[in-house]
Amino acid sequence: MRRIAGLLLLAAGPVLVLGVLFVLPVAGMVSEGFVADGRFAPGAVLDVLARPRVHRVAWFTVWTSGVATLVAVGLGVPAAFVLHRLAVPGRTVVRAALLVPFVLPTVVVGVAFRQLLGEGGPLGFLGLDGTPVAIVCGLVFFNVAVVIRTVGVAWESLDPRPGQAAAALGASPRQVLRTVTLPALRPAIVGAASIVFLFCATAFGIVLTLGGVRYSSVETEIYLLTTTIFDLRAAAALSVLQIVVVVGLLAVAARLRATPDPTALRAVTPVRTVRRGDLPALALTLLVLAAMLLPIATLVLGSLSVGDGWGLDNYRALTTAGDGQALLVPVTTALVTSLRTAVDATWMALLIGVSVSVIVTRRSHSAAERRVRSTLDGFFMLPLGVSAVTLGFGFLITLDQPPLDLRDSPLLVPMAQALVALPLVVRTLTPVLGGIDDRQRQAAASLGASAWRTLLTVDLPVVWKPMLAASGFAFAASLGEFGATSFLARDTSPTLPVVIFRLIGHPGEMNYGMALAASVVLAVATAVVMIAVERLRVPGVGAF
Amino acid sequence: MKHVRVRAALAATSALVLAGCSLAGGGDGGTTAAESSTSPGEPGGTVVLATHESFHLPEKLVKAFEEESGYTLEVRAAGDAGTLATKLSLTADNPIADAAFGIDNTFASRPLDEGAFAELTSSVTPPAEYALPEGGDRLTPIDSASVCVNVDTSWFDAEGLAPPRTLADLTDPAYADLLVTPGASTSSPGMAFLLATVAEYGDDWPDYWSDLMANGAKIVDGWEDAYYGDFTAAAKNGTRPIVVSYDSSPAFTVKGGRTTTAALLDTCFRQVEYAGVLAGAENPQGAQALVDWLLSDEVQSALPESMYVFPVMPGATIPDDWATFAPQPTDPYEVSPEEISADREQWLTEWTDVISR
Repeated sequence: MRRIAGLLLLAAGPVLVLGVLFVLPVAGMVSEGFVADGRFAPGAVLDVLARPRVHRVAWFTVWTSGVATLVAVGLGVPAAFVLHRLAVPGRTVVRAALLVPFVLPTVVVGVAFRQLLGEGGPLGFLGLDGTPVAIVCGLVFFNVAVVIRTVGVAWESLDPRPGQAAAALGASPRQVLRTVTLPALRPAIVGAASIVFLFCATAFGIVLTLGGVRYSSVETEIYLLTTTIFDLRAAAALSVLQIVVVVGLLAVAARLRATPDPTALRAVTPVRTVRRGDLPALALTLLVLAAMLLPIATLVLGSLSVGDGWGLDNYRALTTAGDGQALLVPVTTALVTSLRTAVDATWMALLIGVSVSVIVTRRSHSAAERRVRSTLDGFFMLPLGVSAVTLGFGFLITLDQPPLDLRDSPLLVPMAQALVALPLVVRTLTPVLGGIDDRQRQAAASLGASAWRTLLTVDLPVVWKPMLAASGFAFAASLGEFGATSFLARDTSPTLPVVIFRLIGHPGEMNYGMALAASVVLAVATAVVMIAVERLRVPGVGAF
Repeated sequence: MKHVRVRAALAATSALVLAGCSLAGGGDGGTTAAESSTSPGEPGGTVVLATHESFHLPEKLVKAFEEESGYTLEVRAAGDAGTLATKLSLTADNPIADAAFGIDNTFASRPLDEGAFAELTSSVTPPAEYALPEGGDRLTPIDSASVCVNVDTSWFDAEGLAPPRTLADLTDPAYADLLVTPGASTSSPGMAFLLATVAEYGDDWPDYWSDLMANGAKIVDGWEDAYYGDFTAAAKNGTRPIVVSYDSSPAFTVKGGRTTTAALLDTCFRQVEYAGVLAGAENPQGAQALVDWLLSDEVQSALPESMYVFPVMPGATIPDDWATFAPQPTDPYEVSPEEISADREQWLTEWTDVISR
């Protein structure tokens, strides 16, 4: 009991932050729907759930997200192996480049996809424009990087010796993969898959753009019900449905993630040379790369096209306010705002994410304690699975009174972005932290090390690299975040995705080209930051 | 041990570097608008304007307003018109700003019903044709833009085909597979186009939409998808020479002294945008001054270039390209805000059914 109390005390800080920034707003917005004429009337909300349209929308969301998650895992796991365990030339750059789709504004990627798949596009003959297949392709495009990165980082710190032992005992490479490697990677794979599923299930722009308005997901339906139809009751019903499904999913994921014998290596395993048996994985990785490059290439070509020829005019225009003064600030200024916001969001997400990861991965001494830890773990994943629309309006109506008058705070945008990045940080760190043998800490403690010293000498060397990866991830997520940011951004300091959205929403020959050029700048900025983060290797780490 | 110290130093250095980049540390990121607001009754202080993301006015005009009136203008622009209307309706008891601009006639009744706006005391009166039938004492018209079917005239010239003229023409097999429109459920011009068909066909509008779909109409998410993704005059690989856009759009396709597109003036639905003072505003005088400023000749004349809309005040001037290439419809379709508010959900449900068939 004392241990659980201590645990809850430790968790109080992060829980409070999430309580104020997430639970309170969502509860506030949902209760708008439950209260009719000043009275609590849940019956009417439940009636909404019986509508056939709601069933259709919910089923569509579940199946598209499910298929997209399966495809992303199927493509991402082999690519994670190739890019994190094999000595492939240029893998650092490729790994960084793969995160690019993750930050691109959906509205721009949507147009790029449609230029490829649309009636006049090079892939138009496939007839995919406006079909669920196009939606699934778009979802995979945005999310495969999550799988590659989360699984790859875990794979790097996986102890290769059990696999080598199995091979020495006569197991074929396939048997080693099936009986040793994949079971050890299960926490990371399940963690990545649940994040991808949540991202897909709450995807907004991609469903509308690529589905040609014919298909509604729960998220697009909540947006329509809230902003256009103002049927808050139905919106609340869908939000509640969303939360129930997400909680159920997280419970299943937590069960699947649990592994009896986690092993993590204190040092990063050196990459090995490519063998003949790696060719299928290598080929699949190339395929993934090609599929990712195609829409990006369309974007780059579009940004370089000027009138009937080619040129850099669109890029030169980025320091101006656009055709017909479409913008209040030049794109260059917006980029600076974006980077500064991302710095704030990253440290916030890391601060909370690291403490959450440490708390949930510490060894439990009783079943009750384990339950508390896994509930906490799931709790911090929730923001990914709940409608940004509900959260955004909830901010306005609940955080409007002192002492919580946050709706005008300049830190509101980074805070919202940190909420989105938080699960990425937690899911990257927990598989690694959970793999540390607790006996090492006990040994350190029995030799007289303080709690801090134990953390520094046992935990830090192992999580150092994943922490860098997680911060890069959080940074990228913040750079690309649009939903919450566009809702909260103040006009005097818009971020780059907000500016891109403005550019593409205004007529004027130059504005479209500028939007594409600005997207390329955003992509390059992300890639540069990612490469820099990957290079940040402190010599001696892991060699204590 | 040595490593630990090196790393601690490294961490400290990078923390300092990062703090320099942070919004909180930078100094200019934060403003203390709420604190600098003055109490009601006394002129000056900050006046906060809530608006949608398309709002924009030249910096010079804003400076002039601040100098003349003594107020500091703070603009909070985010989301589309529907989002703005929802925000204002939800925060009617504790407004997010002093004044609001950008509520259009398709969304006006919701915040009015929720009591989000206070009565205006304007000295300026815009022409009556733009006024709201109900709530005109609380919302004043600022600009108008009509959503019209646009055609790529050079495409039709090259094909030797006469472009369509009316809504009925769009179901003619001669124009099969040529129309692209943003969806009514996801875009404000898409909604306006649906309203135009409701005004023309009454209760039979779903039949018209079935015919439209049978004739190969393409529906996309937003205006930008339709215009930049499919319209032959603006998209790289565009295949559709008929698009739902604005009456002002032809002014943006001018090449060598003539425009390559035209708006069909018999297919238009007029959107009027309104401004008002929010009930319970901290700075009601400032808000009223701001609304009056939006009706001044300087701002009205800046509207076309800044926000791609037409001014409502007769004293305003419009750019030459607009005067030459973007005539406004004289008799646009109309649906009253009350009717829109009452039937929007049913229309959208029916519309979604028709286009999903």
